[in-house]
Amino acid sequence: MYVELKNINKNFGNFKASNNVNISIEKGSLSALLGPSGSGKTTILRMIAGLEQPDSGNIFIDGEKVNDIPASKRGIGFVFQNYALFRFMSVYDNIAFGLEVQKKDKKIIKERVMELINLIGLKGLEKRYPHQLSGGQRQRVAFARALAPNPHLLLLDEPFAAIDSKVRQELRIWLKETIKKVGITSIFVTHDQDEAIEVADNIIVTNKGEVEQTGTPLEIYRNPSTLFVSRFIGQSTQFKDYSKLKGFSGKNKSGIAVIRPEFIKISSKDELQQYPNSVENGEVKSAFFRGSHLEVKVQVNDVILTGIRSLEKSTLQVGDKVDVLIYRIFAYGKDGMHIIENELLEYNEAVYI
Amino acid sequence: MKFIKNKQVIPGFGISVGVTLTILSLIVLIPMSSLILSTLNMGAKDFFRVVFDSRILNAYKVSFFCALIAGISNLIFGLIIAWVLVRYDFVGKKFLDSLIELPFALPTAVAGIALTNLYSDKGYIGSLLAPIGIKVSYTVIGITLAMIFVGIPFVVRTVQPVLENLDGQYEEAANVLGASRIKLFFKVILPELKPALLTGFGLSFARAIGEYGSVVFIAGNIPYKTEIAPLLIMGKLEQFDYSGATAVALVMLVFSFLTLLVINVMQSYANKFTKC
Amino acid sequence: MKYKSKKKLTFIQKTLILISVLFVFFMLVMPMIVVITKSLSNGLQAYKEAVLDKYTIKALVLTFQATIVALVVNTIFGLFAAWTITKYHFKHKKILTTIIDIPFAVSPIIAGLIFVLTFGRIGWANGITEFLNIKIVFAVPGIVLGTIFVTFPFISREIIPVLNSQGSDQEEAAALMGASVFKIFKNITFPQIKWAFIYGIILCSARAMGEFGAVSVLSGHLRGKTNTLPLHVEILYSEFKFSAAFAVSSILVILSLIMLIIRNIVEYKMKKAED
Repeated sequence: MYVELKNINKNFGNFKASNNVNISIEKGSLSALLGPSGSGKTTILRMIAGLEQPDSGNIFIDGEKVNDIPASKRGIGFVFQNYALFRFMSVYDNIAFGLEVQKKDKKIIKERVMELINLIGLKGLEKRYPHQLSGGQRQRVAFARALAPNPHLLLLDEPFAAIDSKVRQELRIWLKETIKKVGITSIFVTHDQDEAIEVADNIIVTNKGEVEQTGTPLEIYRNPSTLFVSRFIGQSTQFKDYSKLKGFSGKNKSGIAVIRPEFIKISSKDELQQYPNSVENGEVKSAFFRGSHLEVKVQVNDVILTGIRSLEKSTLQVGDKVDVLIYRIFAYGKDGMHIIENELLEYNEAVYI
Repeated sequence: MKFIKNKQVIPGFGISVGVTLTILSLIVLIPMSSLILSTLNMGAKDFFRVVFDSRILNAYKVSFFCALIAGISNLIFGLIIAWVLVRYDFVGKKFLDSLIELPFALPTAVAGIALTNLYSDKGYIGSLLAPIGIKVSYTVIGITLAMIFVGIPFVVRTVQPVLENLDGQYEEAANVLGASRIKLFFKVILPELKPALLTGFGLSFARAIGEYGSVVFIAGNIPYKTEIAPLLIMGKLEQFDYSGATAVALVMLVFSFLTLLVINVMQSYANKFTKC
Repeated sequence: MKYKSKKKLTFIQKTLILISVLFVFFMLVMPMIVVITKSLSNGLQAYKEAVLDKYTIKALVLTFQATIVALVVNTIFGLFAAWTITKYHFKHKKILTTIIDIPFAVSPIIAGLIFVLTFGRIGWANGITEFLNIKIVFAVPGIVLGTIFVTFPFISREIIPVLNSQGSDQEEAAALMGASVFKIFKNITFPQIKWAFIYGIILCSARAMGEFGAVSVLSGHLRGKTNTLPLHVEILYSEFKFSAAFAVSSILVILSLIMLIIRNIVEYKMKKAED
C-alpha cells in the first residue's frame, strides 16, 4: 500500500473531524474521498499533506512514517480548492516556483515548465497573470504547478468546486486522462458522487468523521455496506418494516430497507405480468420525463417508491393503478447489510419450466 | 441636471446635491481658487524668482529628504508593527494596538514641544546622546524624528487590514511546494502587501512634507540648514510677502497632488491583480 | 482559513515584538511621559495655576467653540455628501470624492493661507466682509473656518465606505413604496452608519482640537481673544515658561487620551455590528 492511515483521530475543539480513520491507497491509483460537507474528507487530505496534524494515529507514505515530516518536505503536490495561484506571478513563475525552491538549474526549469504548459494545453499563455485567465485555465495552472517538482503523490481538494457546470464535464475527463498519462498516485476530495464515480478507480466514502466504505464505484453501488452509503450513492428510497411487502416476510424483520429504482418494475394493469402473485398494488403519484426515461413514483401500501419506466411502454398518469414488482432490497440490520431477493420470484421460477 | 433628477429612484436629489456643492464650494473650492488667482496675478518672472530662491530651494530639499527618510523608516517599522499585531499573540498586544493612533489624536504643537524637550541636551534621550556627540534637536535628525512621529499610523493602519484578510491558502501552497519561510515572505506575502505599503508610504510622506506643528519646534529653523517649506510660507506671511508665500505654497501643493496621483495610479494597477 | 503561527514564539518572533514595543515606547510613549513630568516640574501648585489661568481658560473655550462649529458644519456636509454620492446615479463621482479629499492633501499652513488670500487685506472677498463688518482673518471666524477646512473630510470619509458596502437596495425599495427622503434616512440609512458616524465625530474632534498650522496663520495671536489652546502652548513655550506650556499641554494630552479610549470602544462596537 502506498498511502496508509492507521487509527487517525483529529479534533477541532469539541468537533470530532476524524474518528478512528483507517485508509489504504494503492500506488498509481486515482482515489476519491467522497462525502457530504463536514464529513471529514478534507481534513484527511490535509493531514496526508501535513497541513494538519492528527491528534493520534500514524500516516505512512511509501512505507515511511511521515507524521513528523513537515509539509514542505513530504514531496506532495497539492491542488487547492480555490487554486491559490500566486496572484503577482505569471503563469510561468507560478509553475516554476516549486523547482526554484529546489534550486534547479534555469535551463532545466525552463524545459520542465514548458513541458507542463504543453501538457495542460496553455501554450502561449506563460506570461499571463492569474487575473487574466478563466476559471478552467487557472485550475490547470494549479495542477501544473503541483506537478512541476515531480511529487510522488498528488492531492486535490474539491478541484471542480469553483468551475462552471458546463466546463466541469470536460475538465473532469481531462484531469482523469492527464493523471493517468502522468501515472502519479492521486487522491481527490469531492462531495459530488457523479464526479467520484466518473473519475476515480477507488472511492472512500466518509461521513461524520468516519470511513463508511471503500471500494470501486461499481462495488459501492452494488453492495453499499451501510445505510448511509446506499443513500449517498445512487438513488434510493428507504423504509422500515419491509416484512409488509410480498415476498420479503420472515428472515430479518427488524432493520431498514433500501430500494433502488432498478429493483422495481412498474407495469400497467393490462400489461402481461410474469409473476402475477408476487406483485403489489400501487397507485401512481407522479410521473416525470427525465430525458431518457420516465421517473415514476408509486404508492405501495403506505410507502412511496421510485421506479423507472421505459419510454417504449405506454405512459402512466397520476392516479393510474399499477402492478409493482420488487426484485430485491438492501436490508440493513445490526449485523450489516444483506441483499434480499424476493422469495416469491424464486418460487415462481419453479412453476414455469 | 434636470434629466438626471428625473431618473433617480430615491427622492431628494436636488437638495442633496445643492447642499453638498454649496458647502463644498464655500469651504474648499472658493478658498483654493484664491490661491490660484493670486499666483496668476504674480507674473511669471516674479514667480520663478521666488520659487527658485536658494533659501527656498534649501527648504524644499530639507523637507523632501527628511520626509523621504521618515517615510522609509515608517515603512520598515510600520510593517514590523502591523505584522506583529496581526500574526502574534502577546501580553499587551491590544494596548500596543490602541496606542498607534496617538499621532492622530495628539495636537501637533504638543508633540512638537514634547519631542524638542525629549531630545534636547537636557532631555531624557538627548542627554544620553549628547556625550556620544549626537545632536538631535535643531538638526535635520530632529526634523526627521518628528516626521516619523506624525506618520507612524499611516503604514500600520493600511497594512493591517490587508494582512488580516490575507488568505492562508497562498502560504499553504508555497509551504507544500517546499518554500522556506524567508522565500515565502519575500516572494508570496510581500507582493500582496506592496499596494498597501506604497499607499502607507505615500500618505506618510505627503503628511510629513506638509507638517508644521510638530516639526517647527524641534527644527530650530536655522536658515539654509533646518528650515522646512511650511515654515518659510509662515515667515513670508509674517512679513506680509503674500505673493512669496503663495508661490512657495503652490509648488508644495502641486507636489502633494502629484504624490497622491502617483499613489492612486499604483493602487489601481495593483488592484487589477487581486481580481481573482 | 487563517495561517496562524505556532503557539510558542521563536527567537525571530520575539525580536520583532521587541522591536515594535521599543519603537512605540520611544516614539509615542516617551513624549507623553515628558509632558507629564515637565508639567509637574515646578510642583503641583504651579501646575494648577497654569491650567486655571484665565488666558488658558479662554483658549480652552475658543478651542471648544471652533471644534463644535467644525463638527456641526462637517456633520451636515458629511451626511449630505455621503447621501449624494452613495444613493444617486450620476457621472464623475470620482471627481467629487477627490475634491472632498483635498483638505487631506493640503499642508495646514496652506490651509490657513488660502483663507488669508480670500478674506485678508489683499483678498478679493475683503470688500464683502468689510461691508458686512465682519473680520475674518486674525479673528475668531478665521480660526473657525481654518478648523472646518482641515477636518472637512473626516465624517464623510467614514460614512461613505459603510454605505457603499450596504448598497442602496433597501432605500430604493422604500422609495418605490413612496417614503419621503427624511423617513428613508431616519429609519433605514442612519442605523447602518450609526457607529461609523460616531467614529468620524471622534476623529474630527481630535483633529480640530489639536489643529495648529492653519490656526497659526489665521489667528492674531491675541491672548484671551484669538488664541486656541495649542497656540497658547506655543506662546508659553516661546516665553520659556516651559512647565506652564507643558501643564497646558497636559490638558490636551488628557483630551486626546479620552478620544483614543472612546475611539477604541466605538471601533469594537463597529466590528461587532459587522458580525
